[in-house]
Amino acid sequence: MSDVLAVAEHRRGELRDVSYELVTVGSQLADATGGDLHVAVVSGDVDRYAEELDVEGVDTIHTVEDGEEFNHDVYAQVVEQLYDAVDPQVLLTPNSVNGLDYGPAVANALDLTYVSDAVDVELEGSTLTATREMYGGKVETTTEVEADAVAVSIRSAEWPATEAAGDAVVESFDATIDESAVKSTVTGFEEVGGGDVDITEADVLVSVGRGIEEEENLDLVRDLADALDATLSSSRPIVDNGWLPKNRQVGQSGKVVTPEFYIAIGISGAVQHVAGMKGAENIVAINTDPNAPIFDIADYGIVDDLFDVVPALIEEFEG
Amino acid sequence: MKVLVTVKEVAAVEDEFQIDGTAIDEAYLEYDLNEWDDYAIEEGVQISESVDDVEVVSVTIGPERSEETIRMALAKGADRAIRVWDDSLEGAELLDVEAKTDILAAVVEEEQPDLVLSGVQADDDGFGATGVSLADEVGFEWAAVVNDLDLDVDEGVASVHRELEGGVEELTDVELPAVLTIQTGINEPRYASLRGIRQAQRKEIAPMTLDDLGLGAEVADSDLDIVDMYEPESESDAVIFEGSAEDSAGELAAVLRDGGVGQ
Repeated sequence: MSDVLAVAEHRRGELRDVSYELVTVGSQLADATGGDLHVAVVSGDVDRYAEELDVEGVDTIHTVEDGEEFNHDVYAQVVEQLYDAVDPQVLLTPNSVNGLDYGPAVANALDLTYVSDAVDVELEGSTLTATREMYGGKVETTTEVEADAVAVSIRSAEWPATEAAGDAVVESFDATIDESAVKSTVTGFEEVGGGDVDITEADVLVSVGRGIEEEENLDLVRDLADALDATLSSSRPIVDNGWLPKNRQVGQSGKVVTPEFYIAIGISGAVQHVAGMKGAENIVAINTDPNAPIFDIADYGIVDDLFDVVPALIEEFEG
Repeated sequence: MKVLVTVKEVAAVEDEFQIDGTAIDEAYLEYDLNEWDDYAIEEGVQISESVDDVEVVSVTIGPERSEETIRMALAKGADRAIRVWDDSLEGAELLDVEAKTDILAAVVEEEQPDLVLSGVQADDDGFGATGVSLADEVGFEWAAVVNDLDLDVDEGVASVHRELEGGVEELTDVELPAVLTIQTGINEPRYASLRGIRQAQRKEIAPMTLDDLGLGAEVADSDLDIVDMYEPESESDAVIFEGSAEDSAGELAAVLRDGGVGQ
């Protein structure tokens, strides 16, 4: 009852980084309860994953052989059965696209309170305290919940990954899968729009966001990209609007880029976008809102109207 | 067939705002249709335009003020709407995933839709979980973060793309009835036409209480307790160029040139 159960994530043969971040969170919570950290790895090459997940802080790794890839109907059944077997105080899942595809179902089936997208988690006695963002990251909230029936999904890249070698016990778990309850079938994967430009290779990216307001205003940013001999990229809303193709999108669901200069124009810096560009060597932000989160990670910033600054910048390079 | 679209009126926060206890002061909030739900409405309406005999019903949990928002769904082509609210919801500080699941499950029970479309998340509380939790509660199949949908009504199968991280999409077939949580970008939400707005005035928004849905006031009780709300500390150590647009552009240009840009 004082244990913690964390569910690792893998895709196409690779454990995802968030799995090791889950270990970091899980072992902190297990330290607080004096219990054990159990890690589950479901589907795919589970024995290899178990070896890789044998890092500091993990007490037991449960391997569940069932299918090659993620299927939420299988995951939901397996995690529910493991939960009953381990009887943990806290269930941890990644706040990833796949985590969000089974976590809420498991929480509902087990009657656990579900706290999603936590950026910090602490446990004191029977109370779990989670820090969450609201209103698109404009505020943070401290949320308390009774911890003996709680499932928490954690945001990736908020905790360091645990890498030091461990000495976990690996146990194979025989889950009983009700095949009649498996009503979804993963039929394949597809890479997002190829196109002729690879923004991951660019040294300088001029990236445009919602602040550009209208499609025709994109020409202004195109002119800047030309003047700087840079490549044009964007945040999600521009692609959603169909103004640029998908292969130009930087972010969690787009491309991860590491240019020497990333010039973010009219981009607020939502966490999903930052996930794709924080590795840039120099980040330049141009935005009217001085509180925009993009300034938290920027190296250089201009708090002003992009429609004044960008023409002036073009003039600097072309004038 | 019947498509139920869950919609939510969310509060957008002004650039400058004040926090009053564990909530943002009402003076700094503006209400609007949740962005993800706009795409869900569009998807529902597009289905009704391409498949015969489809009724699109939208449901919201919200006070009378939110009728303005739900009317947007009607103006864009939903056939009718349901609005759930009562005093016990009015007093609730936070409707958590469990509360919303229970309420929407009761509506699903009442309406018996073949397909439920729900935005991936709401921009205010950001839980991102209600659709999948609802599916489990009502025994429907589901898919989360859907950015492409191909519906085979005869076979009762929804072929979807799920948008994973890192520019990869998963192709999945799910059996109906199902709940799909809709990602932005799946379509281009239409603007409500003047004709649509006029027609929406005549469409029904049925008010329902918890009692109407066979639920007790305890549904509004949340196990989650918000004990603090604050603005995240700025970690900025950026060099901010000030002055006129020309001045700051000039300083930035110097930095870029030093870095070998545009040469």
